[in-house]
Amino acid sequence: MEIQSCVTILNEWDIVAARQLGRNVAKELGFGTVDQARITTAISELARNIYLYAGQGQLCIDRLNEQGKTGLRIIAIDEGPGIPDIRKVMEDGFSTSGGLGAGLPGVRRLMDDFNIDSNPGEGTDIRATKWLR
Amino acid sequence: MHNEVIAHIKSRKSELIEKWIDRVKEDADERMVNVVSEQVFQGTSYEFFDLILLSLSEKDHEYKNKLQMFSEKVVRLGWPITFVVSGLRKFIHLVHDDLIEQGVVSKEREGEYLESLDEWLAPLSNEIIHTYASTWEKTVSLQKIALQELSAPLIPVVEHISIMPLVGTIDTERARLIMENLLDGVVSHRAEVVLIDITGVPVVDTMVAHHVIQAAEAVHLVGARCMLVGIRPEIAQTIVNLGIDLNKFITTSTLRKGMEKALEMTNRKIVELEGVN
Repeated sequence: MEIQSCVTILNEWDIVAARQLGRNVAKELGFGTVDQARITTAISELARNIYLYAGQGQLCIDRLNEQGKTGLRIIAIDEGPGIPDIRKVMEDGFSTSGGLGAGLPGVRRLMDDFNIDSNPGEGTDIRATKWLR
Repeated sequence: MHNEVIAHIKSRKSELIEKWIDRVKEDADERMVNVVSEQVFQGTSYEFFDLILLSLSEKDHEYKNKLQMFSEKVVRLGWPITFVVSGLRKFIHLVHDDLIEQGVVSKEREGEYLESLDEWLAPLSNEIIHTYASTWEKTVSLQKIALQELSAPLIPVVEHISIMPLVGTIDTERARLIMENLLDGVVSHRAEVVLIDITGVPVVDTMVAHHVIQAAEAVHLVGARCMLVGIRPEIAQTIVNLGIDLNKFITTSTLRKGMEKALEMTNRKIVELEGVN
């Protein structure tokens, strides 16, 4: 069973909207405050990446129910410039925009499952899941 | 506008209104019906009808004023714009249907009539949309100003110690303000220690951390020390997960502990007075 809700990211305030959506879903599913904070922070990172690097894209929240496990999946999709070297961006401290370079590796640590698909010139598709324990 | 149509509308005013209200209600979802009381609904419908009739009587100035007032009222009622606009369209169709039913207009000329009805009501819907849009614009710009006002004040609490409480989401614009106010304030208040309180910041991601770290480094450059206080437990965990290095900061969980530490750093402490009534 999957129920999806999406936010289109066009400007900085859409990041807040995406975050709010994620927090509400996380609360509904029964995540504790720490996991809520992790999920909202991960959404914030991914949504900001869309805003910063791709200009626009979609951030969706899935409610998962697989084999008796409940979970929340963040899907961030854009059709931006893509990432040429995925291994590089998953390293701590690597940034092309003068930021901290902790975003993507941070999201991987904040969530349980993390998957990134990107082709230069075609866009990026990032999926990250948190399971309710 | 054709005279026979005007006469017809005037003569069948109450029937038309009733039919119109029914049709609009059919389409309105439950949320709308709950929000709007029957009385308001009827009252507004009648008012609208009078307005339409007024537009026929060529008192242009009066009409424009009333139109504006009506639009503002509708916006204040908080009706969704789609509801109001579709209500207008329904009115056109209703009058059109009624004209044919009552035999005022023959089938062959119905297109012509529909067009003139449409033309007649176009300024009305334009005005309503315009009022909606400008009301929203006004609200947004007011909120922007309000937001800026509560953006990032630096408060000199005691000598040499200043506090900047941050509440709400930090975007690029606010981050810039934080930096400016912090540096200006540190210099003008001659602060030695600045406490940045993030109790009210809902999410601390790498961008927020980055801005705070930069601000702290800038504060360091003008000769003061920066402390990060109000780090809630869940925020502490996410910061660790993200791998953000805040080692250069003195951090505390609450503003109160931060204040004690800041006093210590400036060689002072809070002493309770004894035995004096």
